[in-house]
Amino acid sequence: MVKSVTSLSNSGLSNWMLQRISALILTAYLIFMVGYFAVNPSPSYEQWSSLHGSMAMRLFSLLAILSIAVHAWIGIWCVLTDYITVRLIGPKATAIRMFLQLAMIAVILFYVVWTIDILWGI
Amino acid sequence: MLEVSIYRYNPEVDSEPYMQAFSYDTQGKDVMVLDVLEKLKTEDPTLVFRRSCREGVCGSDGVNISGKNGLACITPLSEVVKNNKLVIRPLPGLPVIRDLVIDMTQFYAQYEKIQPYLINNTPAPAIERLQSPEDRAKLDGLYECILCACCSTACPSFWWNPDKFIGPSGLLQAYRFLADSRDTGTEDRLANLDDPFSVFRCHGIMNCVQVCPKGLNPTKAIGHIRSMLLASAA
Repeated sequence: MVKSVTSLSNSGLSNWMLQRISALILTAYLIFMVGYFAVNPSPSYEQWSSLHGSMAMRLFSLLAILSIAVHAWIGIWCVLTDYITVRLIGPKATAIRMFLQLAMIAVILFYVVWTIDILWGI
Repeated sequence: MLEVSIYRYNPEVDSEPYMQAFSYDTQGKDVMVLDVLEKLKTEDPTLVFRRSCREGVCGSDGVNISGKNGLACITPLSEVVKNNKLVIRPLPGLPVIRDLVIDMTQFYAQYEKIQPYLINNTPAPAIERLQSPEDRAKLDGLYECILCACCSTACPSFWWNPDKFIGPSGLLQAYRFLADSRDTGTEDRLANLDDPFSVFRCHGIMNCVQVCPKGLNPTKAIGHIRSMLLASAA
């Protein structure tokens, strides 16, 4: 059992599952958005704000940003723990990796909060 | 004459590794890569490599042949020589001790982690623990692994985290014991594997399957471990 601190969850299985579920949600969101713009290529301000003003759409968008957060956290964490390691770049790696991981988490949380602020500010 | 380029490194003498050019007269025969190495060693006795059974059973002579890991003893020149050139390097990712000999400590440490032995605390029967032919068949494609390390040293996830990711070879063996009907340690074995590194660093790129000299499929075994973890999870 390998320990991890900054991983989204300490279970590889949970991370693996979340990565797949979030990918499905993002695919659905993407298909919806592409479909919306295919039917209505240049929506007016009223159409656009009424779409995002509905509770269903707000929840769908919230689900999408949470999926991006989860997906990015797991994915970027994976990349950082692959390449920013003591084996590859020397003893400073741990401090650099911790900084990058915490910065990544901060950016992700910032985006989530900002999106919620936008969605419920309409 | 076949042009052969071989990785040379003797840490006691060389400041860094270099490629040495040799030439080899095939006399029109399609010999194995190991035959070439043996012949070249008679010309230059300082050339060092591991070998033992010379028939693909012991797994000692795993090397990187023209960019692909394989056993020198069962790889014919016709499969690997391109433009009359043969390039032989040590297996990538693990420290080189000398020339084509690598330090496999990390590889064995991962093998040890998966407890590669039968765990069964029930009283031993008088003769042996029986297994149905169907249960025995589940071990086919798993027990044949000879631990040559061709797969694990072809895996980028193992290159980056050889101390944390068990690697295709170890995971194939882990599944060999998870799938064994006589083993009662399944729950503990699975619990030891459910972290973000041990199993889940496998991203399914299947380099291991491509290079396995015994034709085994570690990616499939890893998929089975994932399914078992999923089935055992709440």
